[in-house]
Amino acid sequence: MVRALRGLGQRVTSRIWRLGYASRFFLAILMYSGTSLRRLHLTIREIYFTGVLSLIIILVSGLFVGMVLGLQGYDTLQRYGSTEALGVLVSLSLVRELGPVVAALLFASRAGSAITAEIGMMKATEQLSAMEMMAVDPISRVVAPRFWGGVISMPLLAALFSAMGIFGGYLVGVQLIGVDEGSFWSQMQASVDFRQDILNGVIKSFVFGIIVSWVAVFEGYDAEPTAEGVSGATTRTVVTSSLAILAADFILTAFMFTGT
Amino acid sequence: MSRTTLDLWVGFFVAVGLGALLFLALKVGNLASSSSGETYAIQAKFDNIGGLKVRGAVKSAGVVVGRVTEIRFDPEAYLALVTIQVDARYKFPRDTFATINTSGLLGEQYIGFEVGGDTEMLKAGDTIKKTQSAVVLEKLISQFMFNKAAEDGGKK
Repeated sequence: MVRALRGLGQRVTSRIWRLGYASRFFLAILMYSGTSLRRLHLTIREIYFTGVLSLIIILVSGLFVGMVLGLQGYDTLQRYGSTEALGVLVSLSLVRELGPVVAALLFASRAGSAITAEIGMMKATEQLSAMEMMAVDPISRVVAPRFWGGVISMPLLAALFSAMGIFGGYLVGVQLIGVDEGSFWSQMQASVDFRQDILNGVIKSFVFGIIVSWVAVFEGYDAEPTAEGVSGATTRTVVTSSLAILAADFILTAFMFTGT
Repeated sequence: MSRTTLDLWVGFFVAVGLGALLFLALKVGNLASSSSGETYAIQAKFDNIGGLKVRGAVKSAGVVVGRVTEIRFDPEAYLALVTIQVDARYKFPRDTFATINTSGLLGEQYIGFEVGGDTEMLKAGDTIKKTQSAVVLEKLISQFMFNKAAEDGGKK
């Protein structure tokens, strides 16, 4: 009984300790990010690895999500005889929710895991210690550029995902099924508000970018310097950031889309 | 990979991403139409606004001429006080008749202007005198049912 309680207590304190460590790590990234902004090519290289290389998966899955939305939305809407609202359904669900969230989930598994594995391997092969020996701070040289690369890439990827999804919905709805093109676009424009819907979606994806990048660099930096530790850290990155994205999405949605 | 190709790809990525944002703002959203020019505010009092919402459309002859910007309850007159921003390009006579209509059977509700014959025009801050409330479907149905029941009762 006492041992069980002690185990519980230890687990809770270690979690809290880890959370505090992660927060201090976050502050350290912000403090040392001057270098990554001054030596911009470091960040640009990371935008290439996290953003450009994620383009294919984001575009293709955005297209398919939009096409599925078009099919399913049409099937439901035609029962109520309001298939012209298909554009509204596709665009609002993509811009508000699916774009930021699904893009962030894909981003976490495509780019976040890679960042964690890379930093973890650097730690395991003692490259980080070597940098410290050469008086190069690994946080400003390795961690901060990867963090900012992810934060910059994420909103752009989410916007691409939404745009591609709406194009997919257009392809299925208008070209394949034959919903009227004029009402598809005009009803969409009438009910999608720039500030209320699009800007909030961008803010969401920005927050998700911070979450994913933060979790990824932290797990990599904190990984046990063994092959096993790196693989565990990579798994934790995907699980933790996915859960954090969904929880943050609920909180942000509750703040943004209620009371109107 | 050399640095110039890297820069090229990142530049391409950022440009495409910003292009997608622009597409969302202009083609999907209402940024292009909502920011067009000046508006003036007028008010209208309704007995019942039904399902009218802020940002609802204001139409005259079916064309959108303004937006609902505020809906308040007037505690003295027990009426709904609706503030409307009308596009400054359009002027309406003083005796314009404001009705709350529904687009389609169960669609969104909007305010319709039926233009009167007054020579004086509405100015900013004016209140529309003649209004007609929203049709509440439940009331309509219950009225119909009662009439029907009364008719059937009369026949017997």
